[in-house]
Amino acid sequence: MGTLLTPELLSNIGKSAPPKKELVTRREIRKYSIATGQRQEKFLTGDEAPPMFHIALFWGIAEMDQLSPDGVFIDSFLPEFPLKRAMAGGWKIDYHRPVYPGDVLIAKRTLTAIYEKKGSQGPLIFYEITTEVESESGETILTEKTTRILR
Amino acid sequence: MVNIRPGDPLPERQYVCDSIQLFLYNAALWNAHRIHFDYPYTTEIEGYPGLVVAGPLMGDWLTQCVLDWLDEEGTLVSFEYSNRKAAFTGDELRSGGKVISSDPETGEVKLDLHIKNEADEVITPGKATVRFPVA
Repeated sequence: MGTLLTPELLSNIGKSAPPKKELVTRREIRKYSIATGQRQEKFLTGDEAPPMFHIALFWGIAEMDQLSPDGVFIDSFLPEFPLKRAMAGGWKIDYHRPVYPGDVLIAKRTLTAIYEKKGSQGPLIFYEITTEVESESGETILTEKTTRILR
Repeated sequence: MVNIRPGDPLPERQYVCDSIQLFLYNAALWNAHRIHFDYPYTTEIEGYPGLVVAGPLMGDWLTQCVLDWLDEEGTLVSFEYSNRKAAFTGDELRSGGKVISSDPETGEVKLDLHIKNEADEVITPGKATVRFPVA
């Protein structure tokens, strides 16, 4: 176990990306709510953002030459992993308060874990990114942990 | 709150994501991944049977299941899910779930959530914790 994870790769644990700052607009909330098939009026009118809206708000805005041929943004924040094929991952979000139009939110992403597991068809690498979403005054809005699996 | 018991079902809802909804969702994100809009690429190069429904879209559907059930009476405290199996445009998918535990003292209720496909397989399992006001 652990053969794929070099000390150099593991030294990336704790690395943070430059914070992203975004203004929440009613228009973006409405677009997101309609596209997700939302039924609740407060979300469809954009009076409040649905719980997963931050995914859209902080999705990387890549330039054309930062996209791979299959249209995926290669996130330079992540180290190069010895396994390349991404499998399904998991998400966990703790909510502190709802998001409203006019909010200016800051997302701080940190690579919080890299570990290896033995899969049925070979080794798997797991990595975890923790994103803290805060208001401008430093109030925590939500904390998200995503785990990605590579094979 | 008083009437919530382990085993109580959450209302089910059917979702059939078509290429228009999938386009709008990925446009709202600014996600250019071709498996969500380029049918020849997705089927011929990637070998999928159709356009792939975005994983976080199904995660959103699970939060809708919780909030529609809450009906403004409680708040979502935490939520987790994972995408275990792919779904494709035109698939008849169903969201649902059930109450796992209910604590009248704290007002906290734990829920199990799922998206199932036509074969009745759970393709996106999830969990949520919600909180109701305590009298």
